[in-house]
Amino acid sequence: MWGVKKWLTRTTCMDLQLNNITHGYGEISVLEDIDLTVGDGEIVCIVGPSGCGKSTLLRLIGGLERPDSGEVLLLGEPPEASFNPLTYIFQDFALLPWRTVAGNISLVLEDHPITRQKSKEIIDDVLSRTHLTDFKKALPRQLSGGMKQRVAIARALAVKPAVMLMDEPLSALDGQTRELLMDDLIELWMRESFTAVYVTHNLQEAVRFGHKIAVLSRRPGRVREIVKVDRALSDRHGNKSDLDEIQHYLWGLMRDEARAADRELLNV
Amino acid sequence: MFENRGKPVPFRGGGFTHKPALPVSVMVFILLILFWETGSRTGFISNLVLPAPSEAFVAFLQLIETDMLWKHLGASLQRLIIGWSFGTLLGVSVGLLIGLFSVVRAGLSPLVSALFAIPKIALLPLFIIWFGIGEGSKVATILFGTFFPTVIATYGGVDNVDRSLIRMGQSFGLSWLSIVRKIIIPGALPAILSGFRISASIGIILLVAAEMIGAEFGVGAYILLAGSLMATDQLIAGVSMLSMMGLTMAWLIGKAENYFLKWRM
Repeated sequence: MWGVKKWLTRTTCMDLQLNNITHGYGEISVLEDIDLTVGDGEIVCIVGPSGCGKSTLLRLIGGLERPDSGEVLLLGEPPEASFNPLTYIFQDFALLPWRTVAGNISLVLEDHPITRQKSKEIIDDVLSRTHLTDFKKALPRQLSGGMKQRVAIARALAVKPAVMLMDEPLSALDGQTRELLMDDLIELWMRESFTAVYVTHNLQEAVRFGHKIAVLSRRPGRVREIVKVDRALSDRHGNKSDLDEIQHYLWGLMRDEARAADRELLNV
Repeated sequence: MFENRGKPVPFRGGGFTHKPALPVSVMVFILLILFWETGSRTGFISNLVLPAPSEAFVAFLQLIETDMLWKHLGASLQRLIIGWSFGTLLGVSVGLLIGLFSVVRAGLSPLVSALFAIPKIALLPLFIIWFGIGEGSKVATILFGTFFPTVIATYGGVDNVDRSLIRMGQSFGLSWLSIVRKIIIPGALPAILSGFRISASIGIILLVAAEMIGAEFGVGAYILLAGSLMATDQLIAGVSMLSMMGLTMAWLIGKAENYFLKWRM
């Protein structure tokens, strides 16, 4: 049974390829010549100084915006069971405040031709995977930030995405909650490896969660370097000198630009 | 030994928030009525200027005894309910269209702003020509009067729906109709309901105005008649009925808010 499942996930592999993406708003060029490949089951982190177009890039990948030039390609067929191959997790959670936890997940299933029973099964499954079963009937306002983001993760899992697009998913949370959720994300990935593009400004998160880290330069954003992290995701807990080194290296790449970005006047 | 234990830090917080204090509002109401009643009885308030509350109450009882209460109140309520329901129904629909479609917005929103400013009662003579002296012109006045504020409240509500929720809906591939039904309308509902509060009081004002111009029955007609006979006790009884109508509508809308906006509490 397990073997079959593994085999199935392998045959439905889907790569994401970005070719020459250039994008701007009016006069201002935001992204220039972005080339990036995201392999199946791979987590690519995108880091860069604020205002470098990280989030714009993610919106382009998911088709929420059209690039001025260049293309985003999906290679291979999305798994048949996937309701929404490219699925976002947002920084601000984006939960409907008038729906319960279960209702928020049901929202993204309602437009698909599945039975009520099937939808209930999916909801129960993703809630148990994100340890939310006891909060099924709670409203978002009753939940802490970390729990809200767990609901958003459960919602994303419910549509069986081929690629998860995560836009600073932990940035609105406090340090401890961030730590807990990062563990949860890694646990989820260990159980069933998913493909993800993870945008963050937190280098520690990037080093902890990414197989590849793409460093963008200041506006207009270009890929400055792609850093590989070889250590297995399961083995990155605690202080690992090689991870620290990578983090230092990344900071070295970014420091001057981050300072310049910080001093920039916001009159654009 | 405790000479040097220091001074406690003075408390400087508190205030600027509200606690529920229902008995106070009831007390104010009762005190006011008592003051008014005793003032009238002792002659401190001349009967020519203002009748005693008890006299107004007697006038109200007379209305019940002569079976006129339901004639007046029924006629008024019917006009108000029909006018307000259609006015808000149309208003919400047009408001949604303006909120959702740029073309409709470009076409209609200046028109709405232009017509909103016109006191509908000034148009009553026109409405009488168009819809007749009977019920039509009165209902039309209320309908138009409640329509415009509802339109403005509704599209304001749609504009204020959290864009990130709409983007979320799109990113999950929800259909346009689903986004409107499940994200935009619930998101605009708080604004729509507070629009209802405003349109309800506008409706009552216009109801009375329309009834004063030409109606056999209705609270407005009753007040007008009382006024022209200088029957101030009846006048106060009539005005109190209007006030009660306003309170009832506000209460009903409050109930609706509690039900539909439970998630906000």
